[in-house]
Amino acid sequence: MTDRPANGGADGGEHDPLTVPYRDREKSITVGTLERTDEPLSGTELAPETELLTINLGPHHPATHGVLRLLCTLEGEVVRDIHPIIGYVHTGIEKSCEDQEYWKAITFVERMDYLSYYFNAMAYCMSVERLLGEEVPPRAQYLRVIHLELNRIASHLFWLGTAALDIGAITMLWWGLRERDLILDLFEMSSGQRLHTRFFQVGGVFEDIPPGWEAKCRSFLAEMPSRIDQYEALLDRNEIWLQRMKGTGIVSRERMLELGVTGPLLRATGEPWDLRKATPYSSYDHFDFKVPVGTVGDNYDRYRVRLAEMRESLKIVEQALDGLPEGPYITTNRKVALPPRHELATSMEALIHHFKLVTEGFRVPPGEVYTPIESPRGELGCFVLADGSSKPSRVHMRDPSFTNLQSLADMGRGSLLADFIACIAMLDPILGGIDR
Amino acid sequence: MPDATGLELVAQRVRDAVGDDAVVGAHHAYDRASLEVAPARVHEVLTHLRDADEEPYGVLASLHGCDYLPSEPRLGVHYELLSMQRRERLNVKTRVTVEDPHVPTVTDLFPTADFHEREVYDFFGVVFDGHPDMRRILMPEDYEGHPQRRDFPMGGEPVLFTFNEHKLPRWYD
Amino acid sequence: MEVTRSKPTDDFRVKQLRAQQMLRGDLEGDDLQEYVEERLLLTKFEDAQNWARRNAIWPLGFGLACCAIEMITVIGSPRNDLSRFGAEVIRFSPRQADMLILSGRVSIKMAPVIRRIYDQMLEPKWVISMGACASSAGMFNNYALVAGADKFLPIDVYVPGCPPRPEALMYGIIKLQDKITNAPNLGWRERYHSHGTEEYDGRPKADSQTAGPDA
Repeated sequence: MTDRPANGGADGGEHDPLTVPYRDREKSITVGTLERTDEPLSGTELAPETELLTINLGPHHPATHGVLRLLCTLEGEVVRDIHPIIGYVHTGIEKSCEDQEYWKAITFVERMDYLSYYFNAMAYCMSVERLLGEEVPPRAQYLRVIHLELNRIASHLFWLGTAALDIGAITMLWWGLRERDLILDLFEMSSGQRLHTRFFQVGGVFEDIPPGWEAKCRSFLAEMPSRIDQYEALLDRNEIWLQRMKGTGIVSRERMLELGVTGPLLRATGEPWDLRKATPYSSYDHFDFKVPVGTVGDNYDRYRVRLAEMRESLKIVEQALDGLPEGPYITTNRKVALPPRHELATSMEALIHHFKLVTEGFRVPPGEVYTPIESPRGELGCFVLADGSSKPSRVHMRDPSFTNLQSLADMGRGSLLADFIACIAMLDPILGGIDR
Repeated sequence: MPDATGLELVAQRVRDAVGDDAVVGAHHAYDRASLEVAPARVHEVLTHLRDADEEPYGVLASLHGCDYLPSEPRLGVHYELLSMQRRERLNVKTRVTVEDPHVPTVTDLFPTADFHEREVYDFFGVVFDGHPDMRRILMPEDYEGHPQRRDFPMGGEPVLFTFNEHKLPRWYD
Repeated sequence: MEVTRSKPTDDFRVKQLRAQQMLRGDLEGDDLQEYVEERLLLTKFEDAQNWARRNAIWPLGFGLACCAIEMITVIGSPRNDLSRFGAEVIRFSPRQADMLILSGRVSIKMAPVIRRIYDQMLEPKWVISMGACASSAGMFNNYALVAGADKFLPIDVYVPGCPPRPEALMYGIIKLQDKITNAPNLGWRERYHSHGTEEYDGRPKADSQTAGPDA
């Protein structure tokens, strides 16, 4: 086991979990007087075991979100050290992308972080557009923002459902999936697929939204805030939820920054870093929204930050729908984007462009870029190295879950095993992004 | 991103602080500032950029590798530095050869580099000297070869079409 | 307590008459026949067993990648609800589960783990390979994946799609249920009378009319 550097924010021994307040309630109750005595029952002295036990929270486990394997070293019920072992869904996506044309690689890249597929495609498309020097028309930018924020809400809903399932609040799973089905209906209406839609293309979006989509989206927006109120009513003041979430899994802000953690985990510790506000991209600066920030950095703050983010995303979608500009939905540069079908019958250049794009693909001048965006889990960056041909030479996604996973050891060290499971749930790891 | 002149100033400051041989080049393209350094001096350059420079970069956003085949030296390691106060990004890169793929580790400066360096080792074979736990992270521990190098074969199975389905051995042969 | 038994006779006719007397109420002859037939179910033991098995399949909670999201949607979403078909109980322990839904890409690191879990499941067990990545390599034909889980597991039903819609997965589970009752729904092969178009896999066919591609 390697020595980890000392961290400032995790328990450090003062906050010994065997003396947390809720342990105090496990005192004896004499039936006659119902008075609490101050001594625990004889024979249940809370002396920790001195023997360390290493167990394997294996790749197949109900509480690990995906195939994450954790080697936990336990002392009694307290976690002393954690080693994550990953690679069980490693698919070699980055290597496969080198064999595909640029627009075919979009489908590969989407399947990395499989809950926030639009974000993967967005980071990649933004990188390629930067290399090409393409301007994305404003209508496409707004449509992209709408779909990104809807995907953010869907991702947070799924996270909420499965995290609550881990803690034991099973009702949230049904509710979260119910709302998520509404969003997936919207995606199906605009692009034809529920998941992994090939909607974002280099230069814009694949197709304009059909008539009736905006009305359906608005009805969803009208209904959603009351649903979020229901979730909060169920969980916010729930005694069990509070006991399990408050004060558990605290990592300090400095430690999070050292570990490179971004996203809701960092914002829960109090650092207001959001790439949509700090370095706005794709007309995010046209919208008025807030960035929710926590105070303590425990699991409860992470939960509250993500719920608040859902509300802010609803506001963004509404503003985007209100201000949706007219215009082309993809760049008019025929060397990069497919021409519309009706032109193929009349224009020879359109036919030639279509043919070249479909068979060979567009060529990208040599260069390398790294483009970060704000995905539901943190900073998702895409590094594209182009060598002048029609296939990328290297595509690498800096996945937020991969970096956030390094904070799991800090969260878990010194906490009880059940609290550690809550930490995994609140960390929101997506193994497809970690393993790629 | 620091613009082209800003990049030149940064490069000059790094040269003054660390040494003239540290900085190999400074490129500014596609709105991205990139500083190329010699592999052996990476640690000092990053220490300077994190602590001592007048425009410090405190966060390492990403550490990744790439293969520049056919141009030598082949393997490249990129460090994406981020400054949250000034909202700027700087890219520092080094190039090493396959014969001598050693780069000093930066996990003591940026603890986030732990998993990232393991991944670069796993896929490209770049050994980071001083890393606490240098072993494969995504591939099985006993895997041979470094998959994301350009000369590593893609692998996989041949796709069956009507013209080759009788020529390729099937699972029942 | 005393138990009195009538003297055992080996005359079947006598026993039959006694049974008839027991059952007789006010019905006689054909009415009695009809009365009994309405209330008794005669079947083979295997059929009854299969009926019980198909309607109470316990899936093993095994999600690997994106198809797992759709699998959870099938199991958990109020719109597509798997408990209608009896498969509500998801057990995470392989000792308590019947059916393994392989949802997601099977990497070379995970393959031995899946095989071990499959071996730990008790007979009878079925496997559904959900999605393109578990059935073949999907779109990822590269060094890191096992091209189809049927290289190391016997698979009963393949559900294509990337990811398959929840309705598609439910259709796959219903097909598995049909397969369990030994009445596999051949679908279009029945409608178009095109038996013998199944893929030739090298084994000599019992039916001499069907010829392999090498003939």
